Amino acid sequence: MSEIEEPAGPRRVIGTPSTAPRAVDTQEKPSEPPLISDPPDKAHASRAERVVAALFVLAFVAGCGFIAAYIALEVGVGNIPPGANPVVAAFRSNLALGLALSVVLLALGTGSIIWVRHLTPNIEIAEQRHDLRSSDADRAAFKSEFADGAAISQVTKRPLMRRTLLLATAPLALAPLVLLRDLGPLPGTSLRYTVWRKGLRAVTLGGLDKLRPSDFQPGSMITVIPEGYQDDPNALAKAGVILIKLEPGQLNFPDRYNGSTLIASMNWSIDNSLVAYSKICTHVGCPVALYEQTTHHILCPCHQSTFDATNGAWVIFGPAARPLPQLPLMVDSDGYLAAASDFPQPVGPSFWERG
Amino acid sequence: MSDDAVKIPKALDGVGSWLDDRFHGARGVKVLMRKVFPDHWTFMLGEIALWSFVILLLTGTFLALFFVPSTQDVVYHGSYTKLNGITMSQAYASTLNISFDVRGGLLIRQIHHWAANMFMVAIMAHMLRVFFTGAYRKPREVNWLIGIVLFTLGMLEGLFGYSLPDDQLSGAGLRIFEGVLQGIPIVGTYLAFFLFGGEFPGNAIVPRMYIIHVFLIPGLILALITAHLFIMFWQKHTQMPGLGNTEKNVTGQPFWPYFLLKGQAWFFFIFGLLAVLSTFAQINPVWLYGPYTPLAISSASQPDWYMGILEGALRIMPAWEINFLGHTLTLSVLIPFAVPLGIIFTGAALWPFFEQWATGDRREHHINDRPRNAPARTGTGVAAICFYGILWAEGANDVLADRFDVPLYTITWIARIAVFVVPIGAYFVTKRICIGLQRSDEHMLTHGLEIGIIKQLPDGGFVEEERPLTPAEQAVVGAKKVPVALPAPGEPDENGVPAPASRGVMGWARGVANRAFTETALPVDGHGNGHGGNGHEALGEPEHAAVGAGEPAESGEHDGEEH
Repeated sequence: MSEIEEPAGPRRVIGTPSTAPRAVDTQEKPSEPPLISDPPDKAHASRAERVVAALFVLAFVAGCGFIAAYIALEVGVGNIPPGANPVVAAFRSNLALGLALSVVLLALGTGSIIWVRHLTPNIEIAEQRHDLRSSDADRAAFKSEFADGAAISQVTKRPLMRRTLLLATAPLALAPLVLLRDLGPLPGTSLRYTVWRKGLRAVTLGGLDKLRPSDFQPGSMITVIPEGYQDDPNALAKAGVILIKLEPGQLNFPDRYNGSTLIASMNWSIDNSLVAYSKICTHVGCPVALYEQTTHHILCPCHQSTFDATNGAWVIFGPAARPLPQLPLMVDSDGYLAAASDFPQPVGPSFWERG
Repeated sequence: MSDDAVKIPKALDGVGSWLDDRFHGARGVKVLMRKVFPDHWTFMLGEIALWSFVILLLTGTFLALFFVPSTQDVVYHGSYTKLNGITMSQAYASTLNISFDVRGGLLIRQIHHWAANMFMVAIMAHMLRVFFTGAYRKPREVNWLIGIVLFTLGMLEGLFGYSLPDDQLSGAGLRIFEGVLQGIPIVGTYLAFFLFGGEFPGNAIVPRMYIIHVFLIPGLILALITAHLFIMFWQKHTQMPGLGNTEKNVTGQPFWPYFLLKGQAWFFFIFGLLAVLSTFAQINPVWLYGPYTPLAISSASQPDWYMGILEGALRIMPAWEINFLGHTLTLSVLIPFAVPLGIIFTGAALWPFFEQWATGDRREHHINDRPRNAPARTGTGVAAICFYGILWAEGANDVLADRFDVPLYTITWIARIAVFVVPIGAYFVTKRICIGLQRSDEHMLTHGLEIGIIKQLPDGGFVEEERPLTPAEQAVVGAKKVPVALPAPGEPDENGVPAPASRGVMGWARGVANRAFTETALPVDGHGNGHGGNGHEALGEPEHAAVGAGEPAESGEHDGEEH
């Protein structure tokens, strides 16, 4: 070994240069040098001590302030004076408590670091590394010990016992997975259908108002839901629909088929100008909430899939791979907008079984 | 101890004796107190993650006392009067309650959220430090892998954490999560149905996320952190190159009292910074978002920063969906979900083994590399940062478009191209910079350091004065391990036949990788004992075994430079 290090001064010099000897790393035995307990510059250290003590006193005062602020600054309706703004009260409490806590912690941190940097002598020691690899003798001893134990246990000599043990544990290992089965129902065909059915009226999301075709102005877009399902998030998460009123003649999509299934048709619109698309993005299911009147683009704010409302919600940008499914519309006997059927294809994100 | 040693108080002595009578701890704890902690600022990064985790446990426990993990509907009548009369889940209502009706609740909630972000930032910074200095090399590969798992768990833990309040933003995040799950081939729909207890949103997800968030994942993280620290303790720290630092020692300051004081200071600073942030910088004001309803969404919905790469990957991906044997394979979801993080995490996990394979270096390494001295590694790391960073920034493309007044689609197209081009360019640029820095180091070693004084010579010429490096500087600048070049593919070795390992496609690939590592690490000249001159004939594959764990073959360079 040729790497005998030279004794050197401390690497980082704080204040006056330290003459503290560096622990000399000897090759014979792990170094156990005495530590020196006093800093080189006594006057400097005394000044530092006063600063540290001042910081610790500050932390004490701020800590008392924290408790005082907790007691003095009430939050919540019923605790604060009538008429006071509870939001302002909460923010005021947050400011006072947070400020006090910040001062406590930063004063403690600063005090501690001045302590270690200016009051403790800067000493470095060296520790020897030991081989991580065990010696060959130890390895051999381990192996023979292990082999002896295996022999004593008979596990190597009695394959019948060994194999039946493995056999016995296999179902046990599977049991936790089996137990997870009841976490949820099987998907079945549930992702293929929504609650829309023939004659089910469309009502506005906010006011639950029934709608007539004459309620719409060209350029308008509105979110509607199936009547009676406003409190059913699971139904809404699939059945949300956007109604878009276009200028007559702007709709220009041909009938579209998926295989032999008609999935979009001019005939499903009302007056060739009012169309209904699923509000659930075909990418990963965000609500497609943005509609740009001038371009007739429907935009999903999550990942910016963009659909053309005049062309069967065809994808013109972004990661969505399929148009928004179209809901066939009709006007019921009372003159209100209603679904003519469920969506002809599954709404929302793609899934393996979708086909 | 020196003469003025502190006299141990009787009470403390008594307690110590009582414990030692029962646990035989005196010797072990003494060794522990003398445990050496090397001093380098980058060694504090992992510590930030550790302390952030401690703060997360403390604040999380407080929050759990008040949070109600239930989607049971309640009509809100509370201190946030703007939402009075609104039907919402108990989860959301109890989050409002924590924020406005519990003293200190808002502060602790914000500290918890800031600490989560800090935890992930610190893990990432720590991993980058470990990568760029080569601290993952033998014998520390297992700790590197544990770190990758910790980062992954942290992502999942954070996702479930910020989804718990059941506000509009977190619900949108969950919807995306569910949509992504559905996109997984074969099992995706079942996974989504089992996790959510049926169709989205259902009533099961909040309590299930809660137990995963407060028990399962924290338990795993705690166990892995324990293992991480134990392994670090057992193998001892790496250290930066420096005077007196060798592969056989570790220098620094002892645990007692230095690291204890410093660790305590650092804990207080980190906690203090989080407290300052939580006092003045609002985070996740759920009351502004409102309770989750499946048909509402706000624009510029962004997840916490560490999920940004997934969000960006989803946004950057062009539409692509195919029918695979009658099944829908939605590649525009599957690829963004699996590929970028797959490249980053799998790549990071395999890297130590790839490097061993490419360089043939099976030795232990306890002295870290300076990043410039391993250009292939440093270049790859910078390329990975660019790849990650572009996807991450693309996750906020709508915000960028708004702020910089650039069309949204233009930004996405720039990112689509940049995500392929920039990392490749970054690799080569970084490699060049590293080589330049190595040349500058070599100049310093052979000619000295330019000290900024210009001298005019009698004949009118100007020269810049130089001074030789101090031994301490030399120890840093000269600490360089040049990996050995393997025989080129098909090139005969000393026996006149091509080495078996250099044959075939794998041999060719290994040769290419080996050259990337070896040709960019310039041998240290002027010292006669560098590896540059003797690499080929002396070190073929079989010899690597001979360069065993204990033999510091690279130390020859140090000897030459220390005076």
